[in-house]
Amino acid sequence: MLGTVLQIEKELLQIPSDKKIVWDVSGISDFDSAGVLLFIEYYERLQKETDVEIVGYTENQKDMYDLLHRNIPPNEPPRKTGILEKLGKRTYEILGEMKNFITFLGHLFHAIFHTLLKPKDIRFKETIYHIHQSGFNAIIIIALTSFLVGMVISYQGSVQLAKFGADIFIVDTVAISITRELGPMITAIVIAGRSGSAYTAEIGAMKITEEIAAMRTMGFDPYTFLVLPRIFALMVALPLLIFFADLIGILGGMVAASMQLDISMALFTQRLYEVLEVKHYLLGMMKGPVFAFLIAAVGCFRGFQVSYSTESVGLHTTASVVNSIFLVIAFDALFSVIFTELGL
Amino acid sequence: MNPVIEVKDVMTRFGERTIHDGINLHIDENEIYAILGESGSGKSVLMKEMIMLIEPSAGEITVLGNSLSHIGFKEAQALRSDWGVLFQFGALYSSLTIAENIEVQLKEYTAISKEMRDRLVQSKLALVGLEPHVGSLYPSELSGGMVKRAALARALAMEPKLLFLDEPTSGLDPIGARNFDALIVELRDLLGITVVMITHDLESIFSIVDRMAVLADKHVVAQGSLENVLQSQHPFVEKFFKNEYTKERFKDKIKDV
Repeated sequence: MLGTVLQIEKELLQIPSDKKIVWDVSGISDFDSAGVLLFIEYYERLQKETDVEIVGYTENQKDMYDLLHRNIPPNEPPRKTGILEKLGKRTYEILGEMKNFITFLGHLFHAIFHTLLKPKDIRFKETIYHIHQSGFNAIIIIALTSFLVGMVISYQGSVQLAKFGADIFIVDTVAISITRELGPMITAIVIAGRSGSAYTAEIGAMKITEEIAAMRTMGFDPYTFLVLPRIFALMVALPLLIFFADLIGILGGMVAASMQLDISMALFTQRLYEVLEVKHYLLGMMKGPVFAFLIAAVGCFRGFQVSYSTESVGLHTTASVVNSIFLVIAFDALFSVIFTELGL
Repeated sequence: MNPVIEVKDVMTRFGERTIHDGINLHIDENEIYAILGESGSGKSVLMKEMIMLIEPSAGEITVLGNSLSHIGFKEAQALRSDWGVLFQFGALYSSLTIAENIEVQLKEYTAISKEMRDRLVQSKLALVGLEPHVGSLYPSELSGGMVKRAALARALAMEPKLLFLDEPTSGLDPIGARNFDALIVELRDLLGITVVMITHDLESIFSIVDRMAVLADKHVVAQGSLENVLQSQHPFVEKFFKNEYTKERFKDKIKDV
């Protein structure tokens, strides 16, 4: 019984090691591999200290001993890795990933260039499918988030503006922040979580089932068939969603302003005409295709990185969302700097 | 006879790990050629190199007269429609039905009408022994054996001259596996195709394979017909072919060596 191992070990420890030991095993009627392992360990330990003689073993026990003895792994202490080594390894991995991403972009631009020369190769059916999937089906969640964000901005802003009696400036605050920054960014972040992750998981699963290898052997370029439809679809869908988010976000601000500051919807709309220049809206919309490209490219890239295990689908999906949200925010900051420098 | 596939001094390295260190073999027209070896000996890698999924680190592979390391985009595309590949787990496109899976290449690469395509799909289904109604099912709705058959039907869709099979009988019941073997022989005789397969199945090796290559220790350690391979003294060949079970099961074939 495995449960008796501890008990036997305790008894074995009491054997004095200053005399010659004769170990009689003939009394053993039944044994298992744990028992033999225990025997091997103590036999070897005692042998180092004194003479040990084994008597009374059967052929069967000898065979078991030989089998287990051969397969005992040498007890090497695990090598400790220093902080410097870990840092170096991780850096090397990150560099490798960046190299892979650049290779991916190279393939991608080659495919884009190729399809632009031969527009017949664009997969219209798949592209439309993905516009529906990533764009149309996301309308409700986009509406909800942008409405709430618009309300929050308006609500928080109105408290501060009311202190100066500058109530009407709430319209400027809401309209400009939503169209220029928040609309595009909120939409992009929601879509990164929703569609970027889906792209990684879809392509990753296809990689595991070898569907991508099958495509290659049939001469179907996975970039043309899988990546481009997703990228084109998101580049069409995201600006449309941003336009929608702008409208709903301003509506949210309008509702909060009428509740908090008693600015009627008519007044709000009138002020909106006066302060919201078209350029703010256009600058916001310009970000749409860029964010869409980032999200879709990262999503597909991570999908191709999935190796042949189900666990790596999860890991790469997480990485895909984290990377694309980071990139969206980083590029948003970059746009801010550029637009400010250009005086826009 | 011209070799359909010729592999010359192929080396494969993944990082510091060497998989192949100088592989040489040739596969002739109209034969059933098996690649065998221990797990991890690089059988699948070698096949993936033949179908342009992996590039060898060095060496030269020629398939149907095209040297794979110098092949242009157009020739590669043409070559890809000259072969069919059966993956170990089918690799059917999960978003398409079986019929769509079979006709996908016809649809992309040929101008055949929808009616004709349907008829071709039905004939392929019948050829591999699947009922016509299976065409409208999705891969997830099929059993393992049916997936293999459907994948074979897809591999045959473009009337290939060359068929690659990755462990065609693994995961099939013994009767299904023998039927599959019979089907492969029948296809070879009927359509005059060349078959390259990775297999561990002793029954297939002893009954349908014409010639084979045994991979071990990064090299081809034995190749040729069954008799030639059985003469090898390599430990893997000894272990694989000359164990008690194999000797007993195939005594009529082994004893005359």
